Amino acid sequence: MAKKKNLNPDQQKYQQLQKKHELKRPVLMNCIRAFWVGGLICLIGQAITYFYIYFFNFTEQTAGNPTVATLIFISMLLTGFGIYDHLGQFGGAGSAVPVTGFGNAVISAAIEHRSEGYVLGVGGNIFKLAGSVIVFGVFSAFVVALIKTLIGMIGG
Amino acid sequence: MLAMFFWAFVVGGAFCVIGQLLFDIAKLTPAHTLSLMVVIGAVLDGLGLYEPLMDFAGAGATTPITSFGNSLVHGAMQEAETHGLVGVVTGMFEVTSAGISAAIIFGFIGALLFKPKG
Repeated sequence: MAKKKNLNPDQQKYQQLQKKHELKRPVLMNCIRAFWVGGLICLIGQAITYFYIYFFNFTEQTAGNPTVATLIFISMLLTGFGIYDHLGQFGGAGSAVPVTGFGNAVISAAIEHRSEGYVLGVGGNIFKLAGSVIVFGVFSAFVVALIKTLIGMIGG
Repeated sequence: MLAMFFWAFVVGGAFCVIGQLLFDIAKLTPAHTLSLMVVIGAVLDGLGLYEPLMDFAGAGATTPITSFGNSLVHGAMQEAETHGLVGVVTGMFEVTSAGISAAIIFGFIGALLFKPKG
């Protein structure tokens, strides 16, 4: 998006024109789709969680890890066969926000760049899309944990 | 057990609606949205709010990307309890290891198995 400042009158006029003709996003419809697609993925996640609790003796707390790994495995298959793309177009954030969306970002980047070779192509680009999530996740977690630890040291 | 499925669906769906609103109303790109949601997850865990949500909604809270931020903080705090400030850095990936390693392993296998389309 262009910044509003530093525009001459013509450019401002153009921006208004552009705004008038911009396609209105069907926000409510998108939200409903995102809700049930995302909800469905979490429902499947819950089913996988119970599967690990009952058959592999995980507890409610530890079952999250194998669940995430399984969901990423499923998203590898769906991404590889080109199904996740359709799901993404239909479900919007409903397919992006669950961890399967993270898996899809990693896996599609890996598949897309394989023609450039395994080291420079796959290895170098595998986190091209998902890297920002890891970077900001790690840094914010560092800040939060640092603050919590310092408060604990001073308070306790 | 049925209640758990219900709340997983509702809470997980709600996270996705928040993401969709960030797409549509705030007009953020998916990468910005996901980064923001990870930060939100980390902050929620810092405030101690994510753990109760996980007990309540199960996979509805562990499946959305916010749980990634949550488990990063969790790993860091776990190590911090035994090793102090150094633990914040060394324990970071303790709990999240599953998600990251699964993504790398299956990503590489995917690249071996599948050819790009189009």
